[in-house]
Amino acid sequence: MIPAAFDYEVAESADHAIALLAEHGDDAKLLAGGHSLIPMMRYRLATPSVLVDVGRLDGLRYIRTGNGTVSIGALTRHSELEHSAELAGACPMLASVAALVGDPAVRHRGTLGGTLAHADPASDLPAAVLALGGTIVAQGPGGSREIAAADFFTGYFESVLAADEMITEVRVPAGGGGWNYQKFNRRAQDWAIVGVAVAGGGSGVSLVNMGSTPIRASGVEAAVAGGASAAEAAAVAADGLEPPDDLNADAEYRGHLARVLTERALNAAGVA
Amino acid sequence: MTVTEEAPGHVGSRRLRKEDPALLTGEAKFIDDLALPGAIWVGVVRSTEAHAHIVGIDGSAALAIDGVNEVLSGEDLAPLWGEGALPCAWPVTPDMKSPAHLPVARGTAKYVGDAVAVVLADSRYAAADGAAAVVVDYEPLPAVVEIEDAVADGAPLVHADLDSNECYTWGLWGDNAPAIDAAFAEAAHVVSERYLQQRLIPAPMEPRGCAAVPSPAGGELTLYSATQIPHILKVMTAVVLGIGENKLRVVAPSVGGGFGCKLNVYAEEILCSALAMQRGAPVRWTEGRAEAAVSTIQGRGQVQHIELAADADGKVTAVRVKLLADMGAYLQLVTPGVPLLGGFLYHGCYDIPNYMFECTSVFTNRTPTDAYRGAGRPEATYAVERAMDSLAVSVGVSPEEIRARNFIGADAFPYESAAGLIFDSGDYQAVLDKAVALADVDGRRAEQAQRRASGSSKRIGVGFSSYVEMCGLAPSRVLASLDYGAGGWEAATVRISPTCKVQVVTGSTPHGQGHETCWSMIVADQLGVDPDDVEVLHSDTAVSPTGLDTYGSRSLAVGGTAVYMATEKVIDKARAIAAHQLEASEDDLEFSGGVFRVRGTPDAEVPLAGIAFAAFTAHDLPDGMEPNLEAHVTYDPPNFTFPNGTHIAVVEVDTDTGNVDLVDYVAVDDCGVQINPLVVEGQVHGGILQGAAQALYEDAVYNSDGQLVSANLADYLVPSAAEAPRFRLDSHATPSPTNPMGVKGVGEAGTIAAAPAVINAVVDALRDLGVTDVDMPASPQTVWKAIADAQGGAS
Repeated sequence: MIPAAFDYEVAESADHAIALLAEHGDDAKLLAGGHSLIPMMRYRLATPSVLVDVGRLDGLRYIRTGNGTVSIGALTRHSELEHSAELAGACPMLASVAALVGDPAVRHRGTLGGTLAHADPASDLPAAVLALGGTIVAQGPGGSREIAAADFFTGYFESVLAADEMITEVRVPAGGGGWNYQKFNRRAQDWAIVGVAVAGGGSGVSLVNMGSTPIRASGVEAAVAGGASAAEAAAVAADGLEPPDDLNADAEYRGHLARVLTERALNAAGVA
Repeated sequence: MTVTEEAPGHVGSRRLRKEDPALLTGEAKFIDDLALPGAIWVGVVRSTEAHAHIVGIDGSAALAIDGVNEVLSGEDLAPLWGEGALPCAWPVTPDMKSPAHLPVARGTAKYVGDAVAVVLADSRYAAADGAAAVVVDYEPLPAVVEIEDAVADGAPLVHADLDSNECYTWGLWGDNAPAIDAAFAEAAHVVSERYLQQRLIPAPMEPRGCAAVPSPAGGELTLYSATQIPHILKVMTAVVLGIGENKLRVVAPSVGGGFGCKLNVYAEEILCSALAMQRGAPVRWTEGRAEAAVSTIQGRGQVQHIELAADADGKVTAVRVKLLADMGAYLQLVTPGVPLLGGFLYHGCYDIPNYMFECTSVFTNRTPTDAYRGAGRPEATYAVERAMDSLAVSVGVSPEEIRARNFIGADAFPYESAAGLIFDSGDYQAVLDKAVALADVDGRRAEQAQRRASGSSKRIGVGFSSYVEMCGLAPSRVLASLDYGAGGWEAATVRISPTCKVQVVTGSTPHGQGHETCWSMIVADQLGVDPDDVEVLHSDTAVSPTGLDTYGSRSLAVGGTAVYMATEKVIDKARAIAAHQLEASEDDLEFSGGVFRVRGTPDAEVPLAGIAFAAFTAHDLPDGMEPNLEAHVTYDPPNFTFPNGTHIAVVEVDTDTGNVDLVDYVAVDDCGVQINPLVVEGQVHGGILQGAAQALYEDAVYNSDGQLVSANLADYLVPSAAEAPRFRLDSHATPSPTNPMGVKGVGEAGTIAAAPAVINAVVDALRDLGVTDVDMPASPQTVWKAIADAQGGAS
């Protein structure tokens, strides 16, 4: 539980952080809330030789609404999403999902940009952003680019983010119909064994911990669009997926949970 | 006659714990907080194989790390202890197999976590880097992982020098076998069940750690350790290393919980002590959390077979139990004895005339097991309480009715059990009745029926657990009959200073229980002083040289009684001085509220403070009396104590997901007289959650290669406050006649009772679906599959 030795740099700005990433290359990792990275370092599953601390970039902590879009700074803490009156009005689903991440200590440290960049398929917020059809803004040495959440995740803890890029902002549509998030776990603080996010009255459905990335349940979405009932749409939730097998759940049980939770989420989101 | 106002008693009040300010503000010093400049840090290289020859150890990469100074193998270290082995103090049978157990293995590693080499470094960080960099070349050997596999034909041997994996077989039936066979032959109902007690990881808040510090003046060593047992550790360390006991001091600083796992003598304690003496420098080690999962003992680990024979009315006539118990790869301090502590209690709180218990204990290639909160008694309670529910179904009566038909009656005490114990006191039916009312069992059953009728996927289940346990370990002669390697007494010294402040020295060694608060309250009431004027010293063999430490819910019933008796002795001496001063007969004096008075003589009185000062100056004491007010008592209890109770769990099971919600939990306990109900409730709350954790969450899962796959707290599910049920507690005290305060003990009661209550509730919720058993932990997947199996295949 003692991490390997590492150097530590404090970024003064996003530009500075990106310059430090460019300088140190693959050996460097951004440190935001640290509640995923540091445990991995303590188990020596991650051994970055340099940590670039972006946790003090308070300019990237904001929630703004306008033109039908909610723009959220990447360093915004989960607890800030959870308690934001503005977000509760503009995108209550995101506020509600943020309140279910980990425990209060995790939510006071963890950041929205950090959890997306970490790309853990078992995390709550990446799936919520995916169901919402969100956009991720990444800044690199050559400037900023916008990446659709649907194109962002590529594998276990992997995304299209380049080694010298950092997420600066996350955008989700404001408003937009019935929603629900079903998180199934054994202890309040745990990752979801399976989770289901439904946004836009069933037009956006995503699954947590059912594969190597947060997964858009396009079969469910198509069924809903085609007028299927919640039960009918949920029946295809696990089709074609290869969910993981671990101490909490084998693949068969995960598939079952995905169907049960999808039906519950669709019902709660107003899909009959 | 003067009417005097009695000071209100402290005993029985919810006094806040005097230990807490230091703990809550971070002032308390734990082992890793000790500043020891110049200390050598030990990093332990642990086997990654369950069973393997150690072919080679390459420390070159470790030695290249800045701050890493030495890499030592078991061969290198052997001269420190020779053939001297880590001690097992409980050889339960004369022919028990006890393998040599070195602090660092030589030749063969026998479980994942077995120490195979050590790194000596300048810092904890360098020690960790060094330990990670040591390359060990293993030649894997076949491993025995599961309990039943250990006794299968052709099983690989955990210890090649022993001719089998069977450690011992211990039985308790005397000449009763024909009567038991007859009872089963004549029974109207026979219940035969097999239950699994999964292994558990104790996971106290503070992992282990130790620091051995040689005296600069030479020849003496102080061993600091996060231990429950500084006194036993001192004796054992002296014996193992051949140090004069007078040259060794053991100190347990603030200790962050133990639950039994710190009731031991561990490799690292011996290693650090031996190295500190060899090097003449402090040597220290702090355990990591992931390391603790494999290097500290684990609990439970049994396969239980229990049979009940009953007549047509459900009156049980015999109980027959066969256990297989997992010792792990080696025997730690009391490993072999843990199943025996349950072995007397498989008849539960029922009047059962015929009793047979047999335990075969086996070696496996896994971390050693040993005492874990309840130690044998949770296992026994689980088996009998689950089986009683099966019997209730067979007879066609409710769980409370089957219990009522079999309880030991309130008028039967002292009750001699078929297993040979003398139960002290209790009113089991009154306790159960109270719990039934508090839990609104009738209302819950109506809700259960309504939900079933409506086809709801949210099923309600009500589960009972009536338990009796034995604590107050223990009469030394009884321990002798069980071949335990020590006595069961406890020591206390009480001193009153010239200014009437009180110093209590106890041989009990708290690590979270609240001894300082409770001992102060007892003594304050006896002496008529303020509890804050009572100082309680403990856990340092230089301050408290005599003691047998804290485990098995023994502290209050034995250690607290010793404190009470020592205080009485001090009062007796003070009375003699008071009589001398007042020129009265001792028989005419009464003592209350801290004042001696002559009965019937209004103004003839002297306060304890005056006596204390007179005893100190010694100017005018009775002829021949020694100065000062001080007394020492070593109390050897005449019997165990037998706390009991009934717990009722109410669960809601989601049949769609298998999820179990613990929606209500009622506990009515008889732990005898309560010194501080706040402390009692804390013990019961934590105990219930720890028992519910076995029922629903915790499982030390090994794969077929003997790798622990639930080795961190993300995979090993210790529940938090968020998972705690609503606790609703009550009590029904029948004072124990065994000791003067009438106390019994409560440290393990919740853990002993909770697991069967929860699982009985889960099974009750699902019985109409055909579910008759659910293994622990009843995870959502396990419950869902149990439902699917009962319904004839996956849904």
